[in-house]
Amino acid sequence: MSNIKKAFAKGKAFIPFITCGDPDLETTASAVRSAAENGADLIELGIPFSDPTAEGPVIQGANVRALRAGTTTDKIFDLVRDLRKDVSIPMVFMTYANVVFSYGAERFISTCQDIGMDGLILPDLPFEEKDEFAPLCKAHEVDLISLIAPTSEKRIAMIAREAKGFLYIVSSLGVTGVRSEIKTDLASIVASVRQSTDIPCAIGFGISTPEQAKKMASLSDGAIVGSAIIKLLEKYGKDAPRYIGEYVKSMKDAIVSIDKV
Amino acid sequence: MTHETKSRGRFGIHGGQYIPETLMNAVIELEEAYNRFKDDPKFQQELETLFNDYAGRPSLLYFAEKMTKDLGGAKIYLKREDLNHTGAHKINNVLGQALLAKRMGKTRLIAETGAGQHGVATATAAALMGMECVVFMGEEDTKRQALNVYRMRLLGAEVIPVKSGTATLKDAVSEAMREWTSRISDTHYCLGSVMGPHPFPTIVRDFQAVISKEIKEQTLKKEGRLPDAVIACVGGGSNAIGSFYHFIEDESVRLIGCEAAGRGIDSAETAATIHTGRLGIFHGMKSYFCQDEYGQIAPVYSISAGLDYPGIGPEHAHLHDIGRAEYVPVTDDEAVNAFEYLARTEGIIPAIESAHAVAHAMKIAPTLGGDKIIVITLSGRGDKDCAAIARYRGEDIHE
Repeated sequence: MSNIKKAFAKGKAFIPFITCGDPDLETTASAVRSAAENGADLIELGIPFSDPTAEGPVIQGANVRALRAGTTTDKIFDLVRDLRKDVSIPMVFMTYANVVFSYGAERFISTCQDIGMDGLILPDLPFEEKDEFAPLCKAHEVDLISLIAPTSEKRIAMIAREAKGFLYIVSSLGVTGVRSEIKTDLASIVASVRQSTDIPCAIGFGISTPEQAKKMASLSDGAIVGSAIIKLLEKYGKDAPRYIGEYVKSMKDAIVSIDKV
Repeated sequence: MTHETKSRGRFGIHGGQYIPETLMNAVIELEEAYNRFKDDPKFQQELETLFNDYAGRPSLLYFAEKMTKDLGGAKIYLKREDLNHTGAHKINNVLGQALLAKRMGKTRLIAETGAGQHGVATATAAALMGMECVVFMGEEDTKRQALNVYRMRLLGAEVIPVKSGTATLKDAVSEAMREWTSRISDTHYCLGSVMGPHPFPTIVRDFQAVISKEIKEQTLKKEGRLPDAVIACVGGGSNAIGSFYHFIEDESVRLIGCEAAGRGIDSAETAATIHTGRLGIFHGMKSYFCQDEYGQIAPVYSISAGLDYPGIGPEHAHLHDIGRAEYVPVTDDEAVNAFEYLARTEGIIPAIESAHAVAHAMKIAPTLGGDKIIVITLSGRGDKDCAAIARYRGEDIHE
């Protein structure tokens, strides 16, 4: 079984996203541990990129702060080696194709396997281009996560059939960021996904409140939250891990309440 | 299980469609529409009428006699894209894409711009065709090219200054891509160069290829033969690919692209992608990019806002790989000298972008015999650059 499936084995999953190195890697380490201790089922670790074209202003800001602090791919690999001493929940990297390509795809993906990363999300690698990295990911047992968007329509079955790990369902048009309302007909997207695969699917983009997390997780297998967590890092800096722990707990509690119904 | 490659729009190893899933159906729809209309006689007729009656095509091929005599070598012709309506080659692509977008039922054009020429061209086409227009422009460039910002607003477009990253052309492209993911159904992204995801590099090339089609006809008519070299400046590379395209199969014609070297290719302040970049994946395409060892896109620099881009179109990357085209670096200093030289020698003020091509021609023309013919594409006019060049020379003038 893919390690990622374990994140969904006990019920609906809560998946926080944290940009590595914002404001520094020590804070990232504490934030990840705090999220894991407070009920996160899977963690997305962002490797900062200079030009994150799928991100809204909040996560763009995190990327800028992390790069200014001198964060590099190698330092993030060291961070993961340290985290893996005590953090056992599944973790995946979220970054952009050039970060992987430029490092050397084989070297990057084999390192992911060595240090215990379970998957890779690349928002600028659609289905048509996934063979750039998919064979290497398969060889090194790293799940290359596919995304489905509100505009995917007839592409859903094609993407879902070849999906690995879990499917990342993008809730809304546009870039990442907190939204007051999510209008996409996610129930019918999830229904299409279910016809083509039995791997779990989680919804991300725009989710910030426990109510939204509960609603999104009830429609799918889990909720992904990025910008709301980055806002805590932006606001509290080195003190953010404590607040992230509280926040993750509130979100996880909301999601757990679905399973009890 | 083996996969067939599903990737589309490759030039050798370059190109492809490295974009968010949200945009995939939009680029597929665009490709289908383009394939439907590109051979449609009615569409082509309408475009040709716009080219001839609105943009002022064909553009002149002018024999630069004084420059030829002064440099004392090859015979020099100037392809006068600067005489097009809106003052640059950008209008060729924009009229094509706007017409296509209109046929696709889109009512809104968005665009990125560096120097402002593509933004002005897009705003112009939008005004002409009754479409809404939003242009993204790096905040730094809105200062360097204030006059073009005013022109776009005058034409009814909204100009959004982009503050992220280096606040230049690459950030304007990123922001336009972000905007497109949030509003697709009524909006066409009118990309200004031969870059980005497939099918843009092909569509933009096809609309700009009119430049080389005309150069070929005009040199055959004036000289009874093909030129020995065609020289054009390269940022993303749209005027260059337009100038090269119909000569690619004519192996006797040297194709020379001039990259912006800024303060020199040995300095950090350069935008010469072929000379200082390496293979990467960015803005929807695989190509050469200026980047650091971890793949972070480098902040590039050139005096020319239109060439200040850290990548190059995938077809150019391929022409470089196979040795069919040569790419040479030209510094700010050389370009400014050429800007002033052409003004004094021929009474033509070229865009600072085009001055990079003029500068290289000034280097090679004297080394070639008088029986050789070179064509320089003047991609745009230089009025927009006068204040910046004056400042470069230490004179503070206000527009």
